[in-house]
Amino acid sequence: MTRKRRRLYVVAASMLCLGVATALVLLAFQDSIVFFRSPSEIADMKPASGQRLRLGGLVEEKSVRKLADSVTAFRVTDLNKTVEVTYRGILPDLFREGQGVVADGRMNADGVFVASQVLAKHDETYMPKEVAEALKKSGRWQETGPQKMKAKP
Amino acid sequence: MDAIATFLSMGGYWPYVWPAFALTAAVLGGLWLVSWRAMKTREAEADALPSRRRDARPETSP
Amino acid sequence: MQRFANPGKFLRLAAVVQPVAITVLAMSLVLGLILGLVVAPPDYQQGDTVRIMYVHVPAAWMALFVYTVMAVASAVTLIWRHPLAEIAARASAPIGACFTFVALATGSLWGKPMWGTWWVWDARLTSVLVLFFLYVGYIALANAFDDEERGGRAASILALVGFVNVPIIKFSVDWWNTLHQPASVLKIGGPAIDASMLWPLLLMAVAFKAFYVAVLIMRMRAELAERRLRVATLAGAQG
Repeated sequence: MTRKRRRLYVVAASMLCLGVATALVLLAFQDSIVFFRSPSEIADMKPASGQRLRLGGLVEEKSVRKLADSVTAFRVTDLNKTVEVTYRGILPDLFREGQGVVADGRMNADGVFVASQVLAKHDETYMPKEVAEALKKSGRWQETGPQKMKAKP
Repeated sequence: MDAIATFLSMGGYWPYVWPAFALTAAVLGGLWLVSWRAMKTREAEADALPSRRRDARPETSP
Repeated sequence: MQRFANPGKFLRLAAVVQPVAITVLAMSLVLGLILGLVVAPPDYQQGDTVRIMYVHVPAAWMALFVYTVMAVASAVTLIWRHPLAEIAARASAPIGACFTFVALATGSLWGKPMWGTWWVWDARLTSVLVLFFLYVGYIALANAFDDEERGGRAASILALVGFVNVPIIKFSVDWWNTLHQPASVLKIGGPAIDASMLWPLLLMAVAFKAFYVAVLIMRMRAELAERRLRVATLAGAQG
C-alpha cells in the first residue's frame, strides 16, 4: 500500500512540475507562437522595410482593386488601423471583403505590405445560405453572425 | 442523372471532399481489418493450446 | 480497483460491449453519412467543403480523447501496476495515431480550397502534428525493449509527459492567434453551427467513438491471447 501511495505522489508531483514548466516556457515564447500580427501591432512595431512578417485582419469593405498583371490591392484592417497590401497571384476561394485574411510578406519603403502569400481565415460559424440571409434580413446578423477577427497580443 | 452528377461534383469541390472521405474510410477500415484479423488468429491459436489454464477464457469461468 | 484485473471478467464484459458498439457504429455511421453528405446544406461561406468537417472534427476529437485515455491508463500502469491498464494503453496507441493522421490529412484537404494552403505552422496544426509523433513515439518505445515490462513503463512515462500537449491543442486557438478558427461546438454560448449541420457532426462523433470502443476491445483481446500464448510457450520451454 505505501509503495503504491508513494508512486501516486511521485507521478502527481512530476505532472505538476511538468505542467508549470510547460506553462512558463509557453509564456516565455508567447511572442513567437502567434501566427500573425494585427495592423495596430505592426504600427507599434514599426518594422524595418524588407523585414518578413505575417499580417492578419479583415479585408476592408470596398478596398479590393484589381491592378494590372494579376496584381490585387486591398486594405487589411483591425477596425483601428489599416495596412495597404498588394499581392500578385491567385487568391483563395474564401477571399472576399469583410473576411479574415493572413498575408505573408514584407513592408516596402512606402509602407505598403507586399504579400507573397495570402491565406483566408474563416470563423467558427457554420450555417446554410438561407439562414445567413434570413439573419441579415431580420437585422440579427451582428450578434449571431461572424465575430470580428480578434488579434490577440 | 443530373442529380447524381450534381451530388458527385460537390459544388466543384469534389477533388477535396471525396478524397477526405475515401482517406478516412481507408485508414479506419484498414485499422479495423488488421485488428479484427489479429484478434481472430491470436484467439484461435491461444484456444488451441493444450494447456488447462482456465483464468483467461470467459466460458470456462465459474 | 483490482476488480477488472482478471482478464476473465474483462472478456465477459467485452463480449457484451463489443456487439453493442458495433451496432451503434453501424447505425450512427449510416445515418451520419446520409445526413452529412446528402441532407445537410452547403455552408454559406464554404460551400460543400464544409462536409469535410463531418470526418475531420470527429477524428480530431478522438485524437485528443484517445490520448487522454492512454495517459490515464499509463498513470494507472505506473502507480498500481495494473496489467489491463497497460494493455488498454498499448491497444489505444495505434487507434489514436490513425485518428490523428485522419484529422491532419482531412484538415489539409479542407485547408487547400478554403485557406489557400495545405499546411501552415500555426499553433493548432503544429501541436496536433506533435500529438501524432507522441503516438508514434509511444508505439516505438512500447516495443523497443525485449523486456515487455520495461518497454511498457518507458512508454507510460512518455504518454504522461506528452499529456501536457492535450490542453495546448485544445486551447491553442484561444491562447494565440492562429490560422485555424476557434471551437464551434464546445464553446461558451452554445454551438455556432446550424442544427442542420450539427446533427450529422454529432452522429459521426458517436460513430467514431463506437469505432474506438469496438477496435480497442479487438486489440485488447488480441493482446490478451498473445500473452496467454507467450506464457504457454514459456511453460512449454521449461517443462
